[in-house]
Amino acid sequence: MEPVVDVRDLRKIYDLGGGGTVAALGGVNLQIEQGEFVAVMGPSGSGKSTFMHIAGLLDEPTSGTYRFEGHDVSSLTQDERADIRSRRLGFVFQSYNLLSRTTALENAELPMIYSGVPEIERRRIALEKLAVVGIDHLRDHTPNQMSGGQQQRVAIARSLVNDPALILADEPTGALDTQSSKEVMELFTRLNQEQGITILLVTHEPEVAAYAKRIISFRDGHVVADTLQNQRQAA
Amino acid sequence: MSYMATLRIALDALLRNRARSLLTMLGVIIGVAAVIVTVSIGTGARVSVQKQIESLGSNLIVVIPGSVTQGGARSGSGGASTLTPEDGMAIAKLPGVAAVSPAVTVRSQAVAGANNWQTTVTGVAPTYTFVRSWTMAAGAFFTQNDVLSAAKVAVLGQTVVQNLFPDGSSPIGQTIIVKGVPFTVVGTLTAMGQSRTGQDQDDTILVPYTSALQRLTGQATVGTIMVSAADAASVQPAQTAITALLEQRHHIVPPQQDDFTVRNLQDIAAAASSTGAILEFLLAGVAAVSLIVGGIGIMNIMLVSVTERTREIGLRMSVGARGSVILRQFLTESIVLSTVGGIIGVLIGMVGTMLVALLAKWPMVVPLSGVIFSVLFSAAVGVFFGYYPARKAAQLRPIEALRFE
Repeated sequence: MEPVVDVRDLRKIYDLGGGGTVAALGGVNLQIEQGEFVAVMGPSGSGKSTFMHIAGLLDEPTSGTYRFEGHDVSSLTQDERADIRSRRLGFVFQSYNLLSRTTALENAELPMIYSGVPEIERRRIALEKLAVVGIDHLRDHTPNQMSGGQQQRVAIARSLVNDPALILADEPTGALDTQSSKEVMELFTRLNQEQGITILLVTHEPEVAAYAKRIISFRDGHVVADTLQNQRQAA
Repeated sequence: MSYMATLRIALDALLRNRARSLLTMLGVIIGVAAVIVTVSIGTGARVSVQKQIESLGSNLIVVIPGSVTQGGARSGSGGASTLTPEDGMAIAKLPGVAAVSPAVTVRSQAVAGANNWQTTVTGVAPTYTFVRSWTMAAGAFFTQNDVLSAAKVAVLGQTVVQNLFPDGSSPIGQTIIVKGVPFTVVGTLTAMGQSRTGQDQDDTILVPYTSALQRLTGQATVGTIMVSAADAASVQPAQTAITALLEQRHHIVPPQQDDFTVRNLQDIAAAASSTGAILEFLLAGVAAVSLIVGGIGIMNIMLVSVTERTREIGLRMSVGARGSVILRQFLTESIVLSTVGGIIGVLIGMVGTMLVALLAKWPMVVPLSGVIFSVLFSAAVGVFFGYYPARKAAQLRPIEALRFE
């Protein structure tokens, strides 16, 4: 089977103006297979976020190839990338990015509005995913009526509704307390183990990365370590 | 994504900021209300002028004497004494003329018993009631025989009745004295109200024109000849025929100036309504400017809204919204703002028009074309002023929008 993510010699060069350039990614080669739970680590400026944005089709590489589920997506138009994001990708952000004054259910429905799922179907799927993350009882609550952990669960439910091939989580525990972080990471682990969902997680916290099965370390735009780890020991 | 879904997202966004949405709409509301009120008042005024002119008489043509030059001083129009009752009789024989009545006017004190009242005494023919579309309240109008015998009979307008017979007794058969001449009252006219120039048309005494000429003025010429054309289409040809006839009778050949003027009320009405139309146009222009100012207000708020919601836009894009969908969403918001503002403006404008109509006792006329134009124009304002902010939103790059603080 084709890897979900397959990048070859991926480069991202930023023009600083005045002739200067900086290479955020300096030739990255990586494959992520279906069902993997990968944590990307590295200090800030290491290129890990740039890699995640390109992998999530939010940004485009300067050069190199990116095959997503076997299709070359290195040079798609904005609209084509938007369509793939809406059908095959799920995003979880550090700051949740829920719509304010909008209920949990409606927030979870959002991606399906853009992929054209009929309203009744939207409602059913959104409720189902809220139940998967364990907060279907909060369906009518708005973000300001929920704790950080609860809001992040809504965001995770939102990332699941289109049955994505890959979930990209950018520092998903960055704004959470220890207990909520643990619960969110256990939720990711469960989604990966029970439903076989492929997860690409960006973090700079080793204890968060420890939940993943594979840890990739970035430094100065290059992959410096790529290790598989055994089943995580209880913390 | 369906238009209904887009509309719902736009409505949700606007309802989340109710106060701001309302304030943003205010410019358009005021602009449209101003358009509706000005256009409605203009139309209402025109209709009321038209009605008053019609009430003067159907297809009326008025012949008045021209000016006269005496010792180098020219009198104004009507100063000359050139029209005679015979001119009137000749006009009556023209094709397209239904009725003719000369009018000789004298201002005089009228006395009835212990009461007296200064009023206008007008000598006319029995056809006068037809020419002026006037009806009798009591008694009967004098006849052609009364004209031939220069009979001392009179018909009173309602204001004169009230002032000479304040006790409410019937004036029919009573005697009134005008310039020392006793006249027997044979009838009273229905109330006509004010003329367009504000004169009380009921403050009048009508007598046979022969009586007026012989007993009151002592002259042979009349002040005016009133002509009623057979129908609206005959007004223009009759006017031409009257001019030709009078030029012939008065021996006028070009380049000599006519010693009379022939006017019809349609001309006067047309002049009145064209003045109204220019005023209306100006007011509508002012209103349109305020609509554009309202549109700029919408653009301003939409730009603020795009900046404020940059992260929301980034999120929507990251979960799969295309740029075109974002553009449509923001454009829909501004169109909803301007159109709803337009509709509210129409309603407020209608209420305003109703109040003005009540106070001015005008007919309440809100032209449908004005309503449709205002709503469409405000929608267009939304499209025009909403496009730039919407495009700005649509062109955001998802990652930059997501990182925006």
